[in-house]
Amino acid sequence: MWQALYEELADRNFVVIAVAMDSRPADPLPWIEAAKPTYPVLIDRDHRLAELYGVVNVPQAVWIDERGRIVRPTETAGVYEGFRKMNRETREMPEEAARLSEQARTTYIEALRDWVVRGAQSEHAFPAEQARAHLPALTEDMATAQAEFRLGQFLMRHGQADEGARRLAEASRRHPDSWCIWRQQAGVNEQGFAALPDFWERVDALGDRRYYHRVDMKGMP
Amino acid sequence: MVTVLTETGEFAVPGAEASRDVLWLAGRDAESATGWQVKPEGLCRGELCVPLPAGREGEFVRGPSVNVAALWRHLGQPAVSSDRGDVWVLARSAGDRARALDSLEAPDFTLPDPSGRQHSLSDYRGKKVFLVTWASW
Repeated sequence: MWQALYEELADRNFVVIAVAMDSRPADPLPWIEAAKPTYPVLIDRDHRLAELYGVVNVPQAVWIDERGRIVRPTETAGVYEGFRKMNRETREMPEEAARLSEQARTTYIEALRDWVVRGAQSEHAFPAEQARAHLPALTEDMATAQAEFRLGQFLMRHGQADEGARRLAEASRRHPDSWCIWRQQAGVNEQGFAALPDFWERVDALGDRRYYHRVDMKGMP
Repeated sequence: MVTVLTETGEFAVPGAEASRDVLWLAGRDAESATGWQVKPEGLCRGELCVPLPAGREGEFVRGPSVNVAALWRHLGQPAVSSDRGDVWVLARSAGDRARALDSLEAPDFTLPDPSGRQHSLSDYRGKKVFLVTWASW
């Protein structure tokens, strides 16, 4: 999704760093090979970015300027939850949902381009106080959840699947808002997506709450 | 053998005395894994020293050895262990994370690419960075 923009802005002192929140190093490889990105793609097996930046879902993004300062904290990156309106048998997307998804994508890419070109002058670059106001709220339960997650991942890697699974479940219990934690331990379907009935149940249980958090950006659905 | 997972990495510590509730590390191991060491002022990490609670010093320190699990709890930081106490994760508190983010300095990290080469966020200082997550699931 970002390769075209990256190529377009290649001479603008800009880099995309795409981080896969995947537990098995082999998992993201087919995707990476198909997309052939020319920017760095990193593997975050233990969800370090969740610990540091409060990432709870994918895709989420952070904008960081040349001095290493956060310009836009962790937020949904150019997607809309159109899939919730999808027909689960036929996998057809209603037109409105498809339109909103496309609107989310183009709005976000345009905003990102604007920032890369205009820097702090861009209306999408938050001044310090606004950036602070948009930081994710971090609780001690979330910090403990991430520690349990890291423990669970370690145990899974070292042949202790039962205890590992219990720890991942505990992590999810403590941090129920994190789809990263939940989907990491959920079962996957034949395409490799964590989109089995338990996923749909959990999505439906959100009710009116967003699967992808709202983004404070003009034109974003 | 006890494995301790911290901010800086994974440390295998032979001879640690560990259970579900306690993690006694020899002074040198405590310092390597966590940066904390015993000093006359108490337990210290760099410039920061934490006095030991009066009457409860024995919970934290035995000679040069440190019960880092007790220290972590005392500091209000997450310390989780496997059932057998042979794997520990010593993490940072949400308060610490939030204070770091409040500075708006993007926290540095080091992660591998698919070939195993390590990349740090700080490698890209001087460029605008769009840090974006994704997953195969």
